[in-house]
Amino acid sequence: MGQPRVIVIGAGPAGVRCAQTLVEAGLRPIVVDENRRDGGQIYRRQPDTFTRPYAKLYGTEAERAQALHASFDVLRARVDYMPETLAWNISEGNVHVTCNGRTRALPYDALVICSGATDRLMPVKGWHYAGTYSLGASQIALKAQACAIGRQVVFMGTGPLLYLVASQYVKAGANVAAVLDTSPLIRRVAALPKLLARPAVLRNGFALVASLKRAGVQVLTGVTPVEITGSAENGVQGVVIRDSRGNERSFECDAVGMGYHLRPETQLADLARCAFRFDHETRQWLPEVGEDGRTSVPGVYLAGDGMKVLGADAAEIGGRLAALAVLKDFKFRVSDDELQGLRTEQAKMDRFRRGLAQAFPWPVEQVAALPDDAIVCRCEAITAGDLRRTVSEMGVREANRAKALCRVGMGRCQGRYCGHAGAEVIAHAAGVPVEQVGRLRGQAPVKPLAIATYGEVE
Amino acid sequence: MIDNPRPTSGLISQRFTRLAETDRPRVRIAIDGHAVEALAGDTIMVAVLNNARHLRVSEFGDGRRAGFCLMGACQDCWVWTADGTRLRACTTVVEHGMHIVTKQPEAAWANLA
Repeated sequence: MGQPRVIVIGAGPAGVRCAQTLVEAGLRPIVVDENRRDGGQIYRRQPDTFTRPYAKLYGTEAERAQALHASFDVLRARVDYMPETLAWNISEGNVHVTCNGRTRALPYDALVICSGATDRLMPVKGWHYAGTYSLGASQIALKAQACAIGRQVVFMGTGPLLYLVASQYVKAGANVAAVLDTSPLIRRVAALPKLLARPAVLRNGFALVASLKRAGVQVLTGVTPVEITGSAENGVQGVVIRDSRGNERSFECDAVGMGYHLRPETQLADLARCAFRFDHETRQWLPEVGEDGRTSVPGVYLAGDGMKVLGADAAEIGGRLAALAVLKDFKFRVSDDELQGLRTEQAKMDRFRRGLAQAFPWPVEQVAALPDDAIVCRCEAITAGDLRRTVSEMGVREANRAKALCRVGMGRCQGRYCGHAGAEVIAHAAGVPVEQVGRLRGQAPVKPLAIATYGEVE
Repeated sequence: MIDNPRPTSGLISQRFTRLAETDRPRVRIAIDGHAVEALAGDTIMVAVLNNARHLRVSEFGDGRRAGFCLMGACQDCWVWTADGTRLRACTTVVEHGMHIVTKQPEAAWANLA
Protein backbone atom coordinates (compact mmCIF):
# COMPACT_ATOMS: atom_id res chain seq x y z
CA MET A 1 0.00 0.00 0.00
CA GLY A 2 1.25 3.49 -0.86
CA GLN A 3 1.14 6.48 1.42
CA PRO A 4 -2.26 7.20 2.93
CA ARG A 5 -4.09 10.06 1.30
CA VAL A 6 -4.66 12.60 4.06
CA ILE A 7 -6.83 15.68 3.75
CA VAL A 8 -6.68 18.48 6.30
CA ILE A 9 -9.60 20.92 6.22
CA GLY A 10 -8.66 24.35 7.56
CA ALA A 11 -5.39 26.28 7.70
CA GLY A 12 -5.73 27.90 11.10
CA PRO A 13 -3.54 26.96 14.08
CA ALA A 14 -4.89 23.37 14.21
CA GLY A 15 -4.71 22.73 10.47
CA VAL A 16 -1.22 24.16 10.05
CA ARG A 17 0.30 22.19 12.95
CA CYS A 18 -1.50 19.06 11.79
CA ALA A 19 -0.16 19.41 8.24
CA GLN A 20 3.32 20.17 9.56
CA THR A 21 3.36 17.01 11.69
CA LEU A 22 2.19 14.92 8.73
CA VAL A 23 4.84 16.43 6.46
CA GLU A 24 7.54 15.74 9.06
CA ALA A 25 6.50 12.07 8.90
CA GLY A 26 7.01 12.07 5.14
CA LEU A 27 3.42 12.55 3.98
CA ARG A 28 2.09 15.11 1.55
CA PRO A 29 -1.40 16.07 2.77
CA ILE A 30 -3.95 18.15 0.89
CA VAL A 31 -4.77 21.30 2.85
CA VAL A 32 -8.18 22.75 1.94
CA ASP A 33 -8.95 26.21 3.29
CA GLU A 34 -11.78 28.60 2.58
CA ASN A 35 -9.67 31.66 3.30
CA ARG A 36 -7.41 33.43 0.85
CA ARG A 37 -4.48 33.16 3.27
CA ASP A 38 -3.46 30.73 6.02
CA GLY A 39 -3.79 31.65 9.70
CA GLY A 40 -7.48 30.97 10.32
CA GLN A 41 -9.51 33.63 12.07
CA ILE A 42 -7.35 34.22 15.12
CA TYR A 43 -4.08 34.59 13.20
CA ARG A 44 -5.74 35.97 10.10
CA ARG A 45 -3.21 37.66 7.86
CA GLN A 46 -3.72 41.18 6.63
CA PRO A 47 -3.45 41.83 2.87
CA ASP A 48 0.06 42.09 1.40
CA THR A 49 -0.23 45.82 0.85
CA PHE A 50 -0.82 46.48 4.58
CA THR A 51 2.16 47.41 6.73
CA ARG A 52 1.19 47.11 10.42
CA PRO A 53 3.80 45.05 12.30
CA TYR A 54 2.97 41.77 14.08
CA ALA A 55 3.11 43.38 17.53
CA LYS A 56 0.40 45.83 16.54
CA LEU A 57 -1.81 43.20 14.93
CA TYR A 58 -1.59 40.36 17.40
CA GLY A 59 -0.45 41.99 20.67
CA THR A 60 0.73 39.44 23.22
CA GLU A 61 0.21 36.68 20.62
CA ALA A 62 2.51 38.27 18.02
CA GLU A 63 5.26 35.67 18.34
CA ARG A 64 2.82 32.78 18.05
CA ALA A 65 1.16 34.31 15.00
CA GLN A 66 4.50 34.94 13.33
CA ALA A 67 5.71 31.42 14.11
CA LEU A 68 2.56 29.86 12.68
CA HIS A 69 2.75 31.92 9.49
CA ALA A 70 6.45 31.15 9.09
CA SER A 71 5.77 27.43 9.52
CA PHE A 72 3.13 27.51 6.85
CA ASP A 73 5.33 29.50 4.46
CA VAL A 74 7.81 26.62 4.64
CA LEU A 75 5.05 24.00 4.35
CA ARG A 76 3.40 25.46 1.26
CA ALA A 77 5.68 23.65 -1.17
CA ARG A 78 5.37 20.39 0.71
CA VAL A 79 1.57 20.11 0.85
CA ASP A 80 -1.11 20.38 -1.80
CA TYR A 81 -2.53 23.69 -0.66
CA MET A 82 -6.00 24.64 -1.88
CA PRO A 83 -6.86 28.15 -0.63
CA GLU A 84 -10.20 29.86 -1.36
CA THR A 85 -11.69 26.40 -1.52
CA LEU A 86 -14.88 25.48 0.30
CA ALA A 87 -15.29 21.93 1.63
CA TRP A 88 -19.07 21.60 1.40
CA ASN A 89 -19.84 17.93 1.80
CA ILE A 90 -18.31 14.69 2.98
CA SER A 91 -19.67 11.45 1.66
CA GLU A 92 -18.42 7.94 0.94
CA GLY A 93 -14.76 8.72 1.57
CA ASN A 94 -14.73 11.94 -0.44
CA VAL A 95 -14.49 15.57 0.51
CA HIS A 96 -16.50 17.64 -1.96
CA VAL A 97 -14.85 20.98 -2.57
CA THR A 98 -15.59 24.04 -4.65
CA CYS A 99 -13.14 26.60 -5.92
CA ASN A 100 -13.91 29.33 -8.47
CA GLY A 101 -17.32 27.87 -9.25
CA ARG A 102 -15.96 24.39 -10.00
CA THR A 103 -16.57 21.42 -7.78
CA ARG A 104 -14.43 18.31 -7.27
CA ALA A 105 -14.51 15.20 -5.09
CA LEU A 106 -11.26 14.49 -3.24
CA PRO A 107 -10.89 10.92 -1.95
CA TYR A 108 -9.19 10.38 1.39
CA ASP A 109 -7.93 7.62 3.64
CA ALA A 110 -7.73 9.95 6.61
CA LEU A 111 -9.53 13.24 7.08
CA VAL A 112 -8.67 15.81 9.75
CA ILE A 113 -11.35 18.47 10.12
CA CYS A 114 -10.01 21.71 11.62
CA SER A 115 -13.03 23.84 10.83
CA GLY A 116 -12.71 26.37 13.66
CA ALA A 117 -15.49 28.23 15.38
CA THR A 118 -17.86 31.14 14.93
CA ASP A 119 -19.38 33.48 17.50
CA ARG A 120 -22.11 32.03 19.67
CA LEU A 121 -25.05 34.41 19.65
CA MET A 122 -28.00 35.05 21.90
CA PRO A 123 -30.56 37.27 20.19
CA VAL A 124 -31.64 40.59 21.66
CA LYS A 125 -34.43 42.75 20.36
CA GLY A 126 -33.03 44.93 17.56
CA TRP A 127 -29.96 42.82 16.76
CA HIS A 128 -30.96 42.74 13.10
CA TYR A 129 -30.34 46.48 12.68
CA ALA A 130 -27.47 47.42 10.38
CA GLY A 131 -24.45 48.10 12.58
CA THR A 132 -24.78 45.03 14.81
CA TYR A 133 -21.85 42.70 14.25
CA SER A 134 -20.46 39.66 15.96
CA LEU A 135 -17.40 40.13 18.19
CA GLY A 136 -15.38 38.07 15.75
CA ALA A 137 -16.52 40.38 12.96
CA SER A 138 -15.48 43.44 14.96
CA GLN A 139 -12.03 41.96 15.37
CA ILE A 140 -11.67 40.97 11.71
CA ALA A 141 -12.64 44.50 10.60
CA LEU A 142 -9.75 45.81 12.65
CA LYS A 143 -7.18 43.07 12.11
CA ALA A 144 -7.67 42.38 8.42
CA GLN A 145 -8.92 45.77 7.22
CA ALA A 146 -7.78 48.36 9.82
CA CYS A 147 -11.37 49.55 10.31
CA ALA A 148 -13.69 49.99 13.28
CA ILE A 149 -17.28 48.82 12.81
CA GLY A 150 -18.56 52.30 13.71
CA ARG A 151 -17.72 55.70 15.11
CA GLN A 152 -18.98 54.86 18.58
CA VAL A 153 -19.03 51.19 19.49
CA VAL A 154 -20.65 49.24 22.34
CA PHE A 155 -19.36 45.72 22.98
CA MET A 156 -21.90 43.42 24.61
CA GLY A 157 -21.97 39.75 25.51
CA THR A 158 -19.53 37.68 27.48
CA GLY A 159 -16.30 35.74 27.23
CA PRO A 160 -12.64 36.56 26.77
CA LEU A 161 -13.17 37.87 23.24
CA LEU A 162 -15.39 40.65 24.61
CA TYR A 163 -12.49 42.21 26.51
CA LEU A 164 -9.85 41.37 23.92
CA VAL A 165 -11.69 43.04 21.04
CA ALA A 166 -12.68 46.05 23.14
CA SER A 167 -9.09 46.64 24.22
CA GLN A 168 -7.81 46.17 20.66
CA TYR A 169 -10.28 48.82 19.53
CA VAL A 170 -9.17 51.24 22.24
CA LYS A 171 -5.51 50.68 21.37
CA ALA A 172 -6.19 51.26 17.69
CA GLY A 173 -7.85 54.58 18.49
CA ALA A 174 -11.51 53.63 18.11
CA ASN A 175 -14.20 55.16 20.27
CA VAL A 176 -15.54 52.46 22.61
CA ALA A 177 -18.65 53.65 24.43
CA ALA A 178 -19.01 50.73 26.85
CA VAL A 179 -18.23 47.08 27.50
CA LEU A 180 -21.32 45.27 28.78
CA ASP A 181 -20.74 41.79 30.17
CA THR A 182 -23.71 39.58 31.03
CA SER A 183 -21.63 37.44 33.40
CA PRO A 184 -21.53 38.55 37.04
CA LEU A 185 -18.08 39.12 38.53
CA ILE A 186 -18.67 36.50 41.21
CA ARG A 187 -18.59 33.74 38.57
CA ARG A 188 -15.06 34.76 37.66
CA VAL A 189 -13.97 34.46 41.27
CA ALA A 190 -15.51 31.01 41.54
CA ALA A 191 -13.76 29.94 38.33
CA LEU A 192 -10.31 31.09 39.46
CA PRO A 193 -8.99 27.67 40.52
CA LYS A 194 -9.63 26.32 37.01
CA LEU A 195 -8.43 29.48 35.28
CA LEU A 196 -5.14 29.18 37.16
CA ALA A 197 -4.34 26.23 34.90
CA ARG A 198 -2.95 28.91 32.55
CA PRO A 199 -1.66 31.68 34.81
CA ALA A 200 -0.09 33.74 32.02
CA VAL A 201 -3.34 33.82 30.05
CA LEU A 202 -5.25 34.74 33.19
CA ARG A 203 -2.80 37.59 33.83
CA ASN A 204 -3.31 38.83 30.27
CA GLY A 205 -7.05 38.82 30.89
CA PHE A 206 -6.71 40.97 34.00
CA ALA A 207 -4.40 43.32 32.11
CA LEU A 208 -6.99 43.74 29.33
CA VAL A 209 -9.75 44.73 31.75
CA ALA A 210 -7.36 47.10 33.56
CA SER A 211 -6.35 48.73 30.29
CA LEU A 212 -9.99 49.36 29.39
CA LYS A 213 -10.68 50.98 32.73
CA ARG A 214 -7.51 53.09 32.47
CA ALA A 215 -8.72 54.30 29.10
CA GLY A 216 -11.92 55.47 30.75
CA VAL A 217 -14.18 52.87 29.11
CA GLN A 218 -17.22 51.93 31.17
CA VAL A 219 -17.05 48.22 31.95
CA LEU A 220 -20.22 46.74 33.46
CA THR A 221 -20.63 43.13 34.57
CA GLY A 222 -23.77 41.19 35.36
CA VAL A 223 -25.88 43.18 32.91
CA THR A 224 -29.09 42.06 31.22
CA PRO A 225 -29.45 43.18 27.59
CA VAL A 226 -32.86 44.73 26.93
CA GLU A 227 -32.73 46.09 23.41
CA ILE A 228 -30.59 47.43 20.61
CA THR A 229 -32.41 50.60 19.59
CA GLY A 230 -32.44 52.00 16.09
CA SER A 231 -34.43 51.87 12.90
CA ALA A 232 -34.78 49.66 9.87
CA GLU A 233 -33.64 52.58 7.71
CA ASN A 234 -30.69 53.96 9.70
CA GLY A 235 -29.53 51.01 11.74
CA VAL A 236 -28.19 50.96 15.30
CA GLN A 237 -28.63 54.03 17.49
CA GLY A 238 -28.07 52.69 20.98
CA VAL A 239 -28.14 49.87 23.49
CA VAL A 240 -30.45 49.50 26.49
CA ILE A 241 -29.53 47.17 29.34
CA ARG A 242 -30.37 46.60 32.98
CA ASP A 243 -27.31 46.83 35.19
CA SER A 244 -26.50 44.40 37.99
CA ARG A 245 -28.67 46.43 40.38
CA GLY A 246 -31.65 46.32 38.05
CA ASN A 247 -31.45 49.92 36.82
CA GLU A 248 -32.19 50.47 33.16
CA ARG A 249 -29.37 52.26 31.35
CA SER A 250 -28.87 53.41 27.78
CA PHE A 251 -25.73 53.90 25.74
CA GLU A 252 -25.75 55.76 22.46
CA CYS A 253 -23.72 54.19 19.69
CA ASP A 254 -23.84 53.51 15.97
CA ALA A 255 -22.40 50.00 16.19
CA VAL A 256 -22.63 47.00 18.50
CA GLY A 257 -20.17 44.11 18.62
CA MET A 258 -21.80 41.17 20.37
CA GLY A 259 -21.12 37.54 21.17
CA TYR A 260 -21.25 34.95 23.92
CA HIS A 261 -18.02 33.04 23.48
CA LEU A 262 -17.75 30.69 20.50
CA ARG A 263 -19.37 27.62 19.02
CA PRO A 264 -17.56 24.99 16.96
CA GLU A 265 -18.30 24.61 13.26
CA THR A 266 -19.45 20.99 13.32
CA GLN A 267 -21.40 20.60 10.08
CA LEU A 268 -18.64 18.67 8.29
CA ALA A 269 -18.16 16.32 11.24
CA ASP A 270 -21.91 15.78 11.15
CA LEU A 271 -21.89 15.03 7.41
CA ALA A 272 -19.04 12.57 8.03
CA ARG A 273 -21.54 10.90 10.41
CA CYS A 274 -19.53 11.49 13.59
CA ALA A 275 -21.47 10.84 16.80
CA PHE A 276 -22.36 13.85 18.97
CA ARG A 277 -22.92 14.22 22.71
CA PHE A 278 -24.58 16.94 24.77
CA ASP A 279 -22.17 19.05 26.81
CA HIS A 280 -24.02 20.20 29.92
CA GLU A 281 -21.44 22.78 30.97
CA THR A 282 -21.84 24.82 27.79
CA ARG A 283 -25.37 23.61 26.85
CA GLN A 284 -24.52 22.51 23.33
CA TRP A 285 -24.04 19.37 21.24
CA LEU A 286 -20.41 18.59 20.46
CA PRO A 287 -18.82 15.85 18.37
CA GLU A 288 -17.81 12.89 20.47
CA VAL A 289 -14.05 12.61 20.36
CA GLY A 290 -11.83 9.95 21.78
CA GLU A 291 -8.16 10.21 22.47
CA ASP A 292 -6.18 12.66 20.32
CA GLY A 293 -9.14 13.75 18.19
CA ARG A 294 -10.39 10.38 16.91
CA THR A 295 -14.11 10.51 16.19
CA SER A 296 -16.64 7.68 16.20
CA VAL A 297 -15.93 7.24 12.47
CA PRO A 298 -12.69 5.45 11.56
CA GLY A 299 -10.45 7.68 9.45
CA VAL A 300 -12.11 10.92 10.55
CA TYR A 301 -10.33 13.13 13.10
CA LEU A 302 -11.06 16.51 14.64
CA ALA A 303 -8.77 19.20 15.99
CA GLY A 304 -8.98 22.78 17.17
CA ASP A 305 -12.02 24.88 18.00
CA GLY A 306 -14.10 22.93 15.47
CA MET A 307 -13.97 20.03 17.91
CA LYS A 308 -14.33 21.94 21.18
CA VAL A 309 -13.54 25.59 21.86
CA LEU A 310 -10.18 25.42 23.60
CA GLY A 311 -8.52 28.43 21.98
CA ALA A 312 -5.63 28.95 19.60
CA ASP A 313 -2.79 27.48 21.70
CA ALA A 314 -4.77 24.32 22.28
CA ALA A 315 -5.63 24.20 18.59
CA GLU A 316 -1.92 23.98 17.76
CA ILE A 317 -1.58 21.11 20.22
CA GLY A 318 -4.77 19.47 18.96
CA GLY A 319 -3.57 19.67 15.37
CA ARG A 320 -0.37 17.87 16.29
CA LEU A 321 -2.26 15.27 18.33
CA ALA A 322 -4.68 14.52 15.51
CA ALA A 323 -1.79 14.14 13.06
CA LEU A 324 -0.05 11.74 15.44
CA ALA A 325 -3.30 9.79 15.76
CA VAL A 326 -3.49 9.52 11.96
CA LEU A 327 0.13 8.40 11.80
CA LYS A 328 -0.35 5.85 14.55
CA ASP A 329 -3.48 4.44 12.93
CA PHE A 330 -1.59 4.05 9.65
CA LYS A 331 1.25 2.22 11.40
CA PHE A 332 3.83 5.00 11.32
CA ARG A 333 6.29 5.20 14.18
CA VAL A 334 5.13 7.81 16.70
CA SER A 335 7.05 9.02 19.75
CA ASP A 336 5.11 8.14 22.89
CA ASP A 337 6.97 10.83 24.82
CA GLU A 338 5.79 13.44 22.35
CA LEU A 339 2.23 12.14 22.57
CA GLN A 340 2.27 12.15 26.35
CA GLY A 341 3.74 15.65 26.50
CA LEU A 342 1.05 17.02 24.19
CA ARG A 343 -1.74 15.28 26.08
CA THR A 344 -0.54 16.72 29.38
CA GLU A 345 -0.51 20.21 27.88
CA GLN A 346 -3.96 19.67 26.39
CA ALA A 347 -5.36 18.60 29.76
CA LYS A 348 -4.34 21.99 31.18
CA MET A 349 -6.02 23.71 28.26
CA ASP A 350 -9.19 21.78 28.94
CA ARG A 351 -9.17 22.72 32.61
CA PHE A 352 -8.83 26.37 31.61
CA ARG A 353 -11.64 25.97 29.06
CA ARG A 354 -13.92 24.71 31.81
CA GLY A 355 -12.94 27.73 33.89
CA LEU A 356 -13.96 30.04 31.06
CA ALA A 357 -17.27 28.21 30.66
CA GLN A 358 -17.90 28.75 34.37
CA ALA A 359 -16.78 32.38 34.40
CA PHE A 360 -18.59 33.42 31.22
CA PRO A 361 -21.73 31.27 30.98
CA TRP A 362 -24.11 31.07 28.03
CA PRO A 363 -26.90 33.42 29.21
CA VAL A 364 -29.79 30.98 28.90
CA GLU A 365 -31.92 33.03 31.29
CA GLN A 366 -32.32 35.69 28.57
CA VAL A 367 -34.51 33.35 26.54
CA ALA A 368 -37.52 33.61 28.85
CA ALA A 369 -37.44 37.42 28.67
CA LEU A 370 -36.95 37.62 24.90
CA PRO A 371 -39.99 39.55 23.62
CA ASP A 372 -42.22 37.85 21.04
CA ASP A 373 -41.33 40.47 18.43
CA ALA A 374 -37.54 39.98 18.80
CA ILE A 375 -35.99 38.37 15.74
CA VAL A 376 -34.32 35.02 16.44
CA CYS A 377 -33.40 34.14 12.85
CA ARG A 378 -31.66 37.13 11.24
CA CYS A 379 -31.61 35.42 7.83
CA GLU A 380 -35.36 35.38 7.41
CA ALA A 381 -36.59 37.73 10.17
CA ILE A 382 -38.37 34.99 12.12
CA THR A 383 -39.31 36.10 15.62
CA ALA A 384 -39.30 34.46 19.04
CA GLY A 385 -43.12 34.61 18.86
CA ASP A 386 -43.17 32.70 15.56
CA LEU A 387 -41.00 30.00 17.09
CA ARG A 388 -43.04 29.84 20.29
CA ARG A 389 -46.22 29.42 18.25
CA THR A 390 -44.81 26.34 16.55
CA VAL A 391 -44.44 24.93 20.04
CA SER A 392 -47.78 26.02 21.48
CA GLU A 393 -49.95 25.58 18.38
CA MET A 394 -48.24 22.69 16.60
CA GLY A 395 -46.79 20.83 19.56
CA VAL A 396 -43.22 20.94 18.23
CA ARG A 397 -40.54 19.75 20.64
CA GLU A 398 -37.60 19.13 18.32
CA ALA A 399 -35.22 21.53 16.54
CA ASN A 400 -35.37 20.07 13.02
CA ARG A 401 -39.15 19.81 13.16
CA ALA A 402 -39.35 23.46 14.21
CA LYS A 403 -37.03 24.34 11.35
CA ALA A 404 -39.30 22.55 8.88
CA LEU A 405 -42.40 24.33 10.16
CA CYS A 406 -41.25 27.88 10.90
CA ARG A 407 -37.88 28.04 9.10
CA VAL A 408 -35.68 28.97 12.10
CA GLY A 409 -32.36 27.50 11.00
CA MET A 410 -33.44 27.18 7.36
CA GLY A 411 -31.92 30.46 6.16
CA ARG A 412 -28.66 31.13 4.44
CA CYS A 413 -26.48 30.97 7.60
CA GLN A 414 -27.94 27.47 8.08
CA GLY A 415 -28.56 27.92 11.77
CA ARG A 416 -25.08 29.06 12.71
CA TYR A 417 -26.36 32.17 14.46
CA CYS A 418 -29.86 31.13 15.57
CA GLY A 419 -29.48 27.39 16.21
CA HIS A 420 -28.44 27.44 19.86
CA ALA A 421 -30.81 30.22 20.90
CA GLY A 422 -33.64 28.70 18.86
CA ALA A 423 -33.24 25.40 20.70
CA GLU A 424 -33.38 27.25 24.02
CA VAL A 425 -36.56 29.10 22.98
CA ILE A 426 -38.20 25.79 22.04
CA ALA A 427 -37.04 24.13 25.26
CA HIS A 428 -38.34 26.98 27.39
CA ALA A 429 -41.67 27.20 25.60
CA ALA A 430 -42.16 23.43 25.68
CA GLY A 431 -40.87 23.02 29.24
CA VAL A 432 -38.35 20.36 28.27
CA PRO A 433 -34.56 20.17 28.79
CA VAL A 434 -32.69 21.71 25.86
CA GLU A 435 -30.85 18.46 25.10
CA GLN A 436 -34.22 16.88 24.30
CA VAL A 437 -34.78 19.52 21.63
CA GLY A 438 -31.74 18.11 19.85
CA ARG A 439 -29.57 19.91 17.35
CA LEU A 440 -29.95 21.08 13.78
CA ARG A 441 -28.57 18.44 11.44
CA GLY A 442 -25.72 19.57 9.22
CA GLN A 443 -26.82 19.73 5.60
CA ALA A 444 -24.78 19.78 2.42
CA PRO A 445 -23.76 22.14 1.00
CA VAL A 446 -22.63 23.58 4.35
CA LYS A 447 -22.58 27.01 2.73
CA PRO A 448 -24.64 28.27 -0.20
CA LEU A 449 -23.31 27.32 -3.64
CA ALA A 450 -24.26 29.10 -6.84
CA ILE A 451 -26.51 27.08 -9.10
CA ALA A 452 -23.91 27.72 -11.82
CA THR A 453 -21.29 25.70 -9.90
CA TYR A 454 -20.40 22.74 -12.04
CA GLY A 455 -18.56 19.49 -11.53
CA GLU A 456 -15.24 18.51 -12.99
CA VAL A 457 -15.52 16.00 -15.79
CA GLU A 458 -13.24 13.11 -14.92
CA MET B 1 -30.86 58.24 31.42
CA ILE B 2 -28.19 58.30 28.73
CA ASP B 3 -24.85 57.07 30.00
CA ASN B 4 -22.61 58.44 27.33
CA PRO B 5 -22.49 61.52 25.12
CA ARG B 6 -24.12 61.62 21.70
CA PRO B 7 -21.87 60.88 18.73
CA THR B 8 -20.88 64.04 16.91
CA SER B 9 -23.81 65.03 14.80
CA GLY B 10 -23.74 65.69 11.10
CA LEU B 11 -24.54 63.81 7.98
CA ILE B 12 -23.09 60.34 8.37
CA SER B 13 -22.36 58.81 5.00
CA GLN B 14 -20.33 55.84 6.13
CA ARG B 15 -20.61 53.05 8.65
CA PHE B 16 -17.02 51.89 9.12
CA THR B 17 -14.16 54.09 10.31
CA ARG B 18 -10.64 53.68 8.97
CA LEU B 19 -8.08 53.65 11.77
CA ALA B 20 -4.84 52.89 9.87
CA GLU B 21 -3.41 51.66 6.54
CA THR B 22 -4.90 54.60 4.63
CA ASP B 23 -1.73 55.12 2.61
CA ARG B 24 -2.76 52.66 -0.10
CA PRO B 25 -3.47 53.28 -3.78
CA ARG B 26 -7.01 54.41 -4.47
CA VAL B 27 -9.38 52.41 -6.65
CA ARG B 28 -12.48 53.80 -8.31
CA ILE B 29 -15.66 51.79 -8.06
CA ALA B 30 -19.37 52.49 -8.46
CA ILE B 31 -22.06 51.69 -5.91
CA ASP B 32 -25.57 51.69 -7.38
CA GLY B 33 -24.31 53.96 -10.13
CA HIS B 34 -22.50 56.45 -7.87
CA ALA B 35 -18.75 56.75 -8.42
CA VAL B 36 -16.80 56.43 -5.14
CA GLU B 37 -13.26 55.75 -4.03
CA ALA B 38 -11.95 52.73 -2.14
CA LEU B 39 -8.45 51.56 -1.26
CA ALA B 40 -6.56 48.71 -2.90
CA GLY B 41 -6.84 45.68 -0.63
CA ASP B 42 -10.28 46.61 0.71
CA THR B 43 -12.91 43.91 0.80
CA ILE B 44 -16.07 44.94 -1.03
CA MET B 45 -17.73 45.24 2.36
CA VAL B 46 -15.14 47.70 3.61
CA ALA B 47 -15.17 49.60 0.33
CA VAL B 48 -18.95 50.00 0.46
CA LEU B 49 -19.28 50.69 4.19
CA ASN B 50 -16.67 53.43 4.01
CA ASN B 51 -18.97 55.13 1.51
CA ALA B 52 -22.44 54.08 2.64
CA ARG B 53 -24.44 53.04 5.69
CA HIS B 54 -25.59 49.65 4.45
CA LEU B 55 -24.84 46.84 2.02
CA ARG B 56 -28.18 45.39 1.14
CA VAL B 57 -31.86 45.28 2.03
CA SER B 58 -33.31 42.27 3.81
CA GLU B 59 -35.65 40.26 1.57
CA PHE B 60 -37.90 39.75 4.59
CA GLY B 61 -38.99 43.31 5.16
CA ASP B 62 -36.98 44.11 8.29
CA GLY B 63 -34.83 46.82 6.77
CA ARG B 64 -31.30 47.51 5.72
CA ARG B 65 -28.37 45.25 6.49
CA ALA B 66 -24.64 45.85 6.72
CA GLY B 67 -23.22 42.37 7.22
CA PHE B 68 -22.75 40.55 10.49
CA CYS B 69 -19.94 37.99 10.80
CA LEU B 70 -17.22 39.16 8.35
CA MET B 71 -15.93 35.57 8.11
CA GLY B 72 -18.08 34.13 5.37
CA ALA B 73 -20.44 32.30 7.73
CA CYS B 74 -23.65 34.36 7.93
CA GLN B 75 -24.12 35.29 4.24
CA ASP B 76 -25.67 38.61 5.28
CA CYS B 77 -23.41 40.64 2.99
CA TRP B 78 -24.42 39.48 -0.45
CA VAL B 79 -24.18 42.17 -3.10
CA TRP B 80 -24.25 41.95 -6.88
CA THR B 81 -22.25 43.25 -9.78
CA ALA B 82 -24.03 45.16 -12.54
CA ASP B 83 -24.05 41.99 -14.68
CA GLY B 84 -25.90 40.09 -11.96
CA THR B 85 -23.06 38.09 -10.38
CA ARG B 86 -23.60 37.54 -6.67
CA LEU B 87 -20.62 38.30 -4.42
CA ARG B 88 -20.02 37.74 -0.71
CA ALA B 89 -18.81 41.23 0.20
CA CYS B 90 -16.79 40.26 3.28
CA THR B 91 -14.54 37.78 1.47
CA THR B 92 -14.20 39.39 -1.96
CA VAL B 93 -11.46 41.92 -2.60
CA VAL B 94 -12.48 45.07 -4.43
CA GLU B 95 -11.20 45.65 -7.96
CA HIS B 96 -10.78 48.86 -9.86
CA GLY B 97 -13.81 49.62 -12.01
CA MET B 98 -16.19 47.28 -10.18
CA HIS B 99 -19.85 48.24 -10.28
CA ILE B 100 -21.55 47.07 -7.09
CA VAL B 101 -25.32 46.84 -6.87
CA THR B 102 -26.90 46.62 -3.42
CA LYS B 103 -30.29 45.37 -4.64
CA GLN B 104 -30.71 41.95 -6.16
CA PRO B 105 -31.11 42.45 -9.92
CA GLU B 106 -34.41 41.30 -11.38
CA ALA B 107 -34.20 37.95 -13.07
CA ALA B 108 -34.10 38.60 -16.80
CA TRP B 109 -36.01 36.06 -18.84
CA ALA B 110 -35.11 35.47 -22.44
CA ASN B 111 -37.64 36.97 -24.84
CA LEU B 112 -38.70 33.97 -26.88
CA ALA B 113 -41.32 35.78 -28.90
